[in-house]
Amino acid sequence: MPAEAIVEVRGAGKSYDGTVEALRDVSLALPQGGLSTLLGPSGCGKTTLLKIIAGLIPPSAGEVWVKGKKVDGPGPERAFVFQDFALLPWATVLRNVAFGLELRGVTPEQRHDIARGYIEKVGLKGFETSYPHQLSGGMRQRVGLARALAVDADIILMDEPFSSVDEQTRRKFQEELLDLLKIERKTVIFVTHSIEEAAYLSDQIVLLSPRPGTVSRIIHPAIERGGKNPDEIRRDKNYLDVVDEIWQILKRYVV
Amino acid sequence: MAQQRFVWPLISFVFVFGLWELAGRWPISLAFPPFSKTALALLRMTVDGSLPKAYLSTLQPLVIGIVLCGIAGIGFGIGMGLSRTIEWFSLPIFIILQAAPMAAIIPLITYIYGIGLTAKVLAVVVLAAPVVVMNSYKGIRNTNASLVQMCRAFLGTRRQEVVKIILPHAGALIFAGLRLGLAMGFIGIVIAELMITPTGIGDLISYHSSVADYPEMFAAIFSIIALAALAIHGLERLERKLFPPEIRGA
Amino acid sequence: MVLFGKRVPIVFSLVIWFVVWELIGRAKLSTIVPPFSDVVAAGMTILPTEKFSAAAAISLRSFALGMALALGIGIPLGVAMARVAGVGKLLGMWVNIFVSAPISALVPILMAVIGVGEATVVVTVFLFAVFVIILDTQVGVRQADRSLVEMARCFGAAPYQIYAKILLLSALPEILAGVRLGVIRGVKGVVIGQLLIALLGVGELFELYSKNFLMEEFWALVIVVFMFAFLLSEAVAFVERRIEYYAGAR
Ligand SMILES: Nc1ncnc2c1ncn2[C@@H]1O[C@H](COP(=O)(O)OP(=O)(O)OP(=O)(O)O)[C@@H](O)[C@H]1O
Ligand SMILES: [Mg+2]
Repeated sequence: MPAEAIVEVRGAGKSYDGTVEALRDVSLALPQGGLSTLLGPSGCGKTTLLKIIAGLIPPSAGEVWVKGKKVDGPGPERAFVFQDFALLPWATVLRNVAFGLELRGVTPEQRHDIARGYIEKVGLKGFETSYPHQLSGGMRQRVGLARALAVDADIILMDEPFSSVDEQTRRKFQEELLDLLKIERKTVIFVTHSIEEAAYLSDQIVLLSPRPGTVSRIIHPAIERGGKNPDEIRRDKNYLDVVDEIWQILKRYVV
Repeated sequence: MAQQRFVWPLISFVFVFGLWELAGRWPISLAFPPFSKTALALLRMTVDGSLPKAYLSTLQPLVIGIVLCGIAGIGFGIGMGLSRTIEWFSLPIFIILQAAPMAAIIPLITYIYGIGLTAKVLAVVVLAAPVVVMNSYKGIRNTNASLVQMCRAFLGTRRQEVVKIILPHAGALIFAGLRLGLAMGFIGIVIAELMITPTGIGDLISYHSSVADYPEMFAAIFSIIALAALAIHGLERLERKLFPPEIRGA
Repeated sequence: MVLFGKRVPIVFSLVIWFVVWELIGRAKLSTIVPPFSDVVAAGMTILPTEKFSAAAAISLRSFALGMALALGIGIPLGVAMARVAGVGKLLGMWVNIFVSAPISALVPILMAVIGVGEATVVVTVFLFAVFVIILDTQVGVRQADRSLVEMARCFGAAPYQIYAKILLLSALPEILAGVRLGVIRGVKGVVIGQLLIALLGVGELFELYSKNFLMEEFWALVIVVFMFAFLLSEAVAFVERRIEYYAGAR
């Protein structure tokens, strides 16, 4: 592992209401500045694991350490992109994107300035005064993404952030995410259902088994990106091997 | 097109008032005046000032009662939604009171508070409060869990959570509770005036009924129902303006 | 509420309120609040009396007749308003007005036209209950799944089959919600009608007890009537939840 772990999950388990066991004994180390994906069948506890790391739900067993401190709630070094967007229906795009800053007490001018920048970055320029119900699913998702970027956290936890965008936009976002990582040295933990997406983006892929979710395999796709354009990478032998390896594992979970 | 919108309400009015007129002329009962006579009586009572005067004494307790419910009832309902302890102590009572015929208490109110303003205000409050409290409570408890979690993820304090997420989200239901409360308040004030305090619109109704001035009695009843309908419709319009369904986020 | 590490069911808060009531009564803080135990004792003595059962019987009969009328007229009318555009437009406005209008103001008319008797109470119950039943039925039928109707047509369903098997069944959750609200309003209607007439059923008893300052009996009657209203609405709510269970997949 090149960089030291910024997030460490030790023996985390979670059962809801004492009956539904969503996660069992998950241990992970996520490297600083890297992109890790959580991949697994629907309902295997990906969202649960991500929310435990975010400090939104307490684990029933085990613990999470972030930057050498034990997690007991959300913190400023972590930002979350929600699977269901979680936008305020009564607030404009601008206020939604600036909401994290608003909660921190940043002045309106400052936070709106910052928010406008990120709105432009996610391609929503011109929609600042729209309300969420006037946007498509993919656009709403980007508002959620911009909100998480706006608070400038070191670690961004993304729950299927590209699930509702079209394939062109998805690929564009993937490139931008890689750029962002390169420039800003953010650490990203990313939930996805797409094997290709995971293989394409990740430094580390965590494969989870069906419920109760356990770590069934950790893959480090060592894809050479240097100088290649995206289409070349998608034909890279390494990339194709990783896709196949993941598929061979996930295939077993399909009944 | 703009005129089209009024065509059906107009037909609807003509239809119902026409039926009323026919029933009154037939007549189905000596105590059932036709619409035209009622309308004339309404005009007479408005001009001679008896109707406006009656409304002055009817609306005062109604407004006081609704304002009281609006402040204390909404406040209590919000408290009930936010605090498990308050909820534990009061939810069962309010669930029962909301389904209960609170009007049964009105004879008692007269007994203690006589026939003054206080008794009328209490009659309004007793009928309106349960629905106002329960709606505020439901509004708070129906909060979108995912928005609350989002607020916590972005380091919102409990205070911010309440002010920026829970209250805006509950606004529409709370307001609707006030509207339902107003409807109950109208029922309460009418009962109070019919049963206990011979003042206001209720007195007009009972007096004209006792001397068999049926057109006047009908006119008074017509006016209070029309007023209630207008007031509630007004609140409904305001509600839709303040909380359009698409940004309510139910 | 958690006490000594155990969750205490919320209905137990009622017990606490009864204890508080008992204490206030024993401390003689207010003349209208006798100790709860005395109220229970009074309830035990009045419940078996002939007077109470006669009052209960007449009240229940008025309620049942009024509700039967409200269901028998309200549901078909609601269906007609949803399916026949003209009927819906003609009556929609009036249903909307009367669903929140102070029906209590109409009781003097009923007393004048129908007379001071059981029939007036029956009509009062009917008027209190019918509008919300019409409204909810209309909403339910209107929302009935269009593709289900089309599916039925494709399979050659006769019109009456479409009504019986598709429209009414898929509107059932809304209709039941309307029935539950109608039942709650109907109980209020009985009590209000009888109170205003003051000569009948439990209304007469309420008047009697408060006029003669029989507070134990008065509160016992309040509790009985409130419990009846609550249990009745819970019974309909129970059926409603069962239906919603099936309708969940809509
Ligand atoms: N609040 C909750 N209460 C009870 N059970 C829950 C709760 N949240 C999740 N679960 C259960 O825990 C399991 C894991 O849920 P989770 O949302 O983490 O899955 P997921 O991997 O994110 O699925 P998907 O890919 O569909 O988003 C599921 O079986 C779900 O039913
Ligand atoms: Mg998920």
